[in-house]
Amino acid sequence: MTLAIDVHDLVKRYGARTVVDHVNLAVEQGRICGFLGPNGSGKTTTLRMICGLLTPDGGGGTCLGYDLVREREAIKRQTGYMTQRFGLYEDLTIRENLEFVGRVYGLDRLKQRIDGSLERLELTTRQHQLAGSLSGGWKQRLALAACVLHEPRLLLLDEPTAGVDPKARRAFWDEIHAYAAQGITVLVSTHYMDEAERCHEIAYIAYGELMARGTAQEIIKASGLIAFVASGPGADRLAVRLRDAPGVTAAAAFGTTLHVCGPEREALLKAIEPYRADSAIKWEEAEPTLEDIFIHLMGKARDNAIDA
Amino acid sequence: MPSMPDVMGARASGPHHERARAPRSRGFLRRLGAIITKEVRQLGRDRLTFAMMFGLPIMQLLLFGYAIDTDPHRLPTAVVAADQSQITRTILSALANTGYMRFTHQPRSEAEANELLQSGQVQFVVTIPSDFTRRLVRGERAQVLIDADATDPMAAANPLAAAKPAIEQALARDLVGPLSPLRNAADSVDVVLQRRYNPEGKSNLNVVPGLLAVILTQTMVMMTALAVTRERERGTMENLLAMPVRPLEVMVGKIAPYIAIGAVQVTVILLVSWLLFGVGVQGSFMLFCLGTALFITANLAIGFTISTVTQNQLQAMQASVFLLLPSILLSGFMFPFRGMPVWAQWIGEILPATHFMRIVRGLMLKGAGFPSISTELAALVAILLVVSTLAISRYRVTLD
Repeated sequence: MTLAIDVHDLVKRYGARTVVDHVNLAVEQGRICGFLGPNGSGKTTTLRMICGLLTPDGGGGTCLGYDLVREREAIKRQTGYMTQRFGLYEDLTIRENLEFVGRVYGLDRLKQRIDGSLERLELTTRQHQLAGSLSGGWKQRLALAACVLHEPRLLLLDEPTAGVDPKARRAFWDEIHAYAAQGITVLVSTHYMDEAERCHEIAYIAYGELMARGTAQEIIKASGLIAFVASGPGADRLAVRLRDAPGVTAAAAFGTTLHVCGPEREALLKAIEPYRADSAIKWEEAEPTLEDIFIHLMGKARDNAIDA
Repeated sequence: MPSMPDVMGARASGPHHERARAPRSRGFLRRLGAIITKEVRQLGRDRLTFAMMFGLPIMQLLLFGYAIDTDPHRLPTAVVAADQSQITRTILSALANTGYMRFTHQPRSEAEANELLQSGQVQFVVTIPSDFTRRLVRGERAQVLIDADATDPMAAANPLAAAKPAIEQALARDLVGPLSPLRNAADSVDVVLQRRYNPEGKSNLNVVPGLLAVILTQTMVMMTALAVTRERERGTMENLLAMPVRPLEVMVGKIAPYIAIGAVQVTVILLVSWLLFGVGVQGSFMLFCLGTALFITANLAIGFTISTVTQNQLQAMQASVFLLLPSILLSGFMFPFRGMPVWAQWIGEILPATHFMRIVRGLMLKGAGFPSISTELAALVAILLVVSTLAISRYRVTLD
């Protein structure tokens, strides 16, 4: 087992604010690791530290076997980093963008590589169009193609599918899995739960702190959360009343059904007791979803942050 | 427009519409207020722009109010006095008393005096021939020669106009007592004025080298400043930094295309000025190319440095203007350099445009050689080195 990413105690501060607080992260080679967490939790900062764009204020480690601080250049050459915002040139054509990236990395057989890349993207016919004229989904696929042009061993993707339609998202993830199958390690940040479930493993970060780590199943099992689903007429309306009840971490309506969860069975049962009398509403215990857990973790992390 | 009265009429009728009208006008003010508040807040956030808005007018006020003098006095003058007598002393003190000339050099030969004039160290050379007094005593005509560097006609015009009457008056006043028989001789003193390098005192001859400097400053600084800031503004910088490129590679790569553009600009200006004004390069063309290349590179390095400080293209643009203004006003382009107070001259000395203008004036109008412009070339090299060091040290390979 080789670790593509092995960083420990990463710290990044901006003034008095600690954006990343002693984060440890180890990702095995060839795995897709989903990087989740609320907005402003330090995901982008962590990714930037791993690819050498930011210097950590504390901690360190290795990336692809190279030292995070001292061997930045080597890391950059073998890593593909896809920025959250479209990072290619909108006033260059699709082909010109790929040519530029290829030349910066000093690639051989450039024409052949670009032709291959355009073919995979199915953009061969549009290669002379300006990159700025592409729709959001296509831009992201082009950015990904530019990231992998130099055959990196590690891909760092920062919310690559934000604002992209489901079909394009699926195509994007199929590509990511294909790269992982070739042995490329992928660390991808996302807010989508369905994407989290497509990852081999998940790292959840909140308020600069790593809160959970493992496969989706492991995280669900380790969370110890209890969940109930209520269905029937008016079940979804109960969300407002249950949300602030003691023992409930989250109560949310999903269509006509209601999803309630909490860390302790007794307390949760007590909270829903008053509403079980209604025979029209059916209550069933269910497995908590990743989203339940993340909302729960977020609350816990905020409490920690306030305590500290 | 038949529909207008209809609509108005419909609105006015009925209490319903009456009530709707008052909130509407208040709504206008409220929305207007909202937009104004937002705009003022945004302006306040962009501190550099805000500073520029106050900085620029203050700078212009200071420059126009204090730094610029279209009638410069106390200009450095070399005196070649081969004849020392009471009369020559009278003549020299008369010239000094005009306030326009300050005797700074006493070259021993005419060649030395020419060199001083060509390198721009003096504005005038006053020459009194060795037989001046003798000729005067004998009742023959005697000459005083004043050579002026007329590349900038504005700096030479008033002193030359004042010289002749001043000398005549002084001779009439001072030739008393035993010297009074010479009074008649005062009429036989010829003051010979020579406008060198620009005999007709045409200002367009002087403007061409200056324009070259100003146009290059304007485009070169602004273009590079914008080119780099654009990357940051559009978010492509992060992507670029994540790739294996070095700061020097980015800097040189960004600057190189503009060197070519600068070369094209220079060619166009030279061709046009040759065709329209008949101004060509009199001195060495190689030296001209060397000076121009140094100047363009220095400007690009300045542009690059600006881009490392500014956050967006608007700020970069303003910072470029902030540099352009003194380059026009303090470099000797619009107003005589020597007419400025010492502090303004020092600011002028650190601007590459000042040195480039002197080089180009020397080469285009005076036919100067390497020795006369070597100090200016050295100054450009020094500016280039300092600014490049600054640019590279400020450029970050990381986003820290």
